Amino acid sequence: MNLRNYIIRRILLVIPVLFGVSIIIFVILSLFSPEQRAAAFITDVKQLRNIKSVIKTYHLDAPLYLQYFYWLKEVLHGNLGWSRTASRPVLEALFYFLPNTVELGLFSIVPIVLIGIWLGSASAVHQNRFIDHLSRTIAIIGWSLPTFWFGLLLLMIFYGYFKGLFPPEALSTSTSLYVHSPNFVRFTHINTIDALLNWKGSVLLDALRHLVLPVITLTVVQCALVMRIMRSSMLEALGKGYVTTARAKGADEKTVIKKHVKRNAMIPVITVSGYLFAGLMNGVVITETIFNRKGLGWWWWRAAVQLDIPAILGAVLFNGILFVLTNLVVDLLYAYFDPRVRLG
Amino acid sequence: MRLNLSFVNAKWDDLKREMEPRIKELKFSFSRIKKSPLSLVGLFLILFFVIIAVLAPELAPPKYPHNPYRIPRYGYSAIPRPPSPEHPFGLTEGQYDIYYGVIWGTRTAFRIGFIVVGSILVIGIVLGSISGYYGGIVDEIIMRVVDTFMSLPTLVLAMALVTALGRSLDNVMKALIIVGWPSYARLIRGDILTVREEGYVEAARAVGCSDLRVILKHVLPNAIYPLLIMASLDIGAMVLTAAALSFLGLGAPVGYADWGQMVSFARNWIVGPPDNPLAYWYTITIPGLFILFFVLGWNLLGDAFRDILDPKLRRR
Repeated sequence: MNLRNYIIRRILLVIPVLFGVSIIIFVILSLFSPEQRAAAFITDVKQLRNIKSVIKTYHLDAPLYLQYFYWLKEVLHGNLGWSRTASRPVLEALFYFLPNTVELGLFSIVPIVLIGIWLGSASAVHQNRFIDHLSRTIAIIGWSLPTFWFGLLLLMIFYGYFKGLFPPEALSTSTSLYVHSPNFVRFTHINTIDALLNWKGSVLLDALRHLVLPVITLTVVQCALVMRIMRSSMLEALGKGYVTTARAKGADEKTVIKKHVKRNAMIPVITVSGYLFAGLMNGVVITETIFNRKGLGWWWWRAAVQLDIPAILGAVLFNGILFVLTNLVVDLLYAYFDPRVRLG
Repeated sequence: MRLNLSFVNAKWDDLKREMEPRIKELKFSFSRIKKSPLSLVGLFLILFFVIIAVLAPELAPPKYPHNPYRIPRYGYSAIPRPPSPEHPFGLTEGQYDIYYGVIWGTRTAFRIGFIVVGSILVIGIVLGSISGYYGGIVDEIIMRVVDTFMSLPTLVLAMALVTALGRSLDNVMKALIIVGWPSYARLIRGDILTVREEGYVEAARAVGCSDLRVILKHVLPNAIYPLLIMASLDIGAMVLTAAALSFLGLGAPVGYADWGQMVSFARNWIVGPPDNPLAYWYTITIPGLFILFFVLGWNLLGDAFRDILDPKLRRR
């Protein structure tokens, strides 16, 4: 009963945030002039001649609050406008570019979390010793690295000296042709997973080779956050009474760390995973742009540079929904696994 | 006369007694800084950049005195030229002088960092104080706005704002201010909520202090340390995001002394000719190192502040 109430309350909390996101998007939209916004509805050269009538049809000169409702109605019907840079409707383009980004995200989040947790716990266990100083230094340098610069440095080294080992884009041309041929079934449109499902080793290898550099870039920059949180929550857990109790009972240090400290220290790491996703999306924009990997981030960059308004607003909406959903899932899982939350 | 002196002496003793713990604290803080080599490194890095920024007109005399941020060009060829005695860091794509660009870029970085973080501090403190002190419906509205802003990734939202406002460095700063204030408002609000019920705040109110005085004199001083830490870390983070936006082509106008843009000049020259792949290393490495060390300096400083100022952490 208690859990159910919590879930309902938590789901209801999503509404104000999504409403806020819609307001932000609309405010950004209204910063553009009606003529600029009319461009989003123009699909035909003939319409160019009478932009005024386009503005009239889509109520672009109506009072702002009315425009908001017109706009919201369209959005709720799934009509996010036409993206020039993707040459398709925004909603369709989101799903078109999503697989490449999901692939990059999946392959990055694993090393980010694993390395972050490992470095963080090693540095907490050996506090103020060499390993602690080393991993903190690594983390703070990683945190300060400009993602775009680090990616370019990797390109400089690997394109210069190991030509063709880790190429740019998401697939090489020949593989890409094969992947889009009828012989290859696209189950998920995520290259590596499709390659596994089709049982094609060459495609898998090619896709993995294209993933190496972007994944390294994202990992080095993003794992500092996980490492920091893990370290501080480990330090806190190490000082707790149950740790002393476990030690007093004669449990060996390894068991204490693994069973008592690490487990409890993981909780804060899980709670920030919503922010981790947001940070990852920031990194994805830059990484995909540098490595010319045609995913969401690459598309948004092109849209921003070429003033593709509907695509940019779609990006904000997508990120808002992504954050709200990840946080919702995290909170619900958290409530399910940790009964103390429900009582609080 | 004698009486008077003893009165002064007594006052002095009082003052000494009162100040003693503070002086002890200060000494302790300095001993902590000296003990931590990383925070010393951070301090020196920032000092180094301050010196460069202050001495910029001496180090790199402007070619266009009315607009010193415009990087001088020495020709129009696209191919970068390696370091030479006249151009110690070489010329990047379009023959822009790298040395001049990074020196004046330091001023740009400080300007972005101070203006953005200064503004978000003020906005965050004001809105956070209102929210925490008055509570109720005002608090609810401000906090929902904060939630909304915090649900969007910094770079994506800043990108959207800059496209809407138009490409320029001023608009990048505006976008970063809009993106940055909510976390400060939330922090201040939390601090005020915990402090509000304390005895000394109640006492101040009972004596008849105005709300503003209570906030300024009693609440804020107790919440200032976490703010300082966050601000130091954020100067680095904001300069980093601004550089990323400039790199993506959404920030400084072409030819403006800005580190992010200088890295973007290098994008076509990552790999040299086959016999010498690292021929153009200077175009990318030098501006990037300036960004890295600048951000690293602020991050180390923020970390040092955290270790020194946070009484809960530092005596462990």
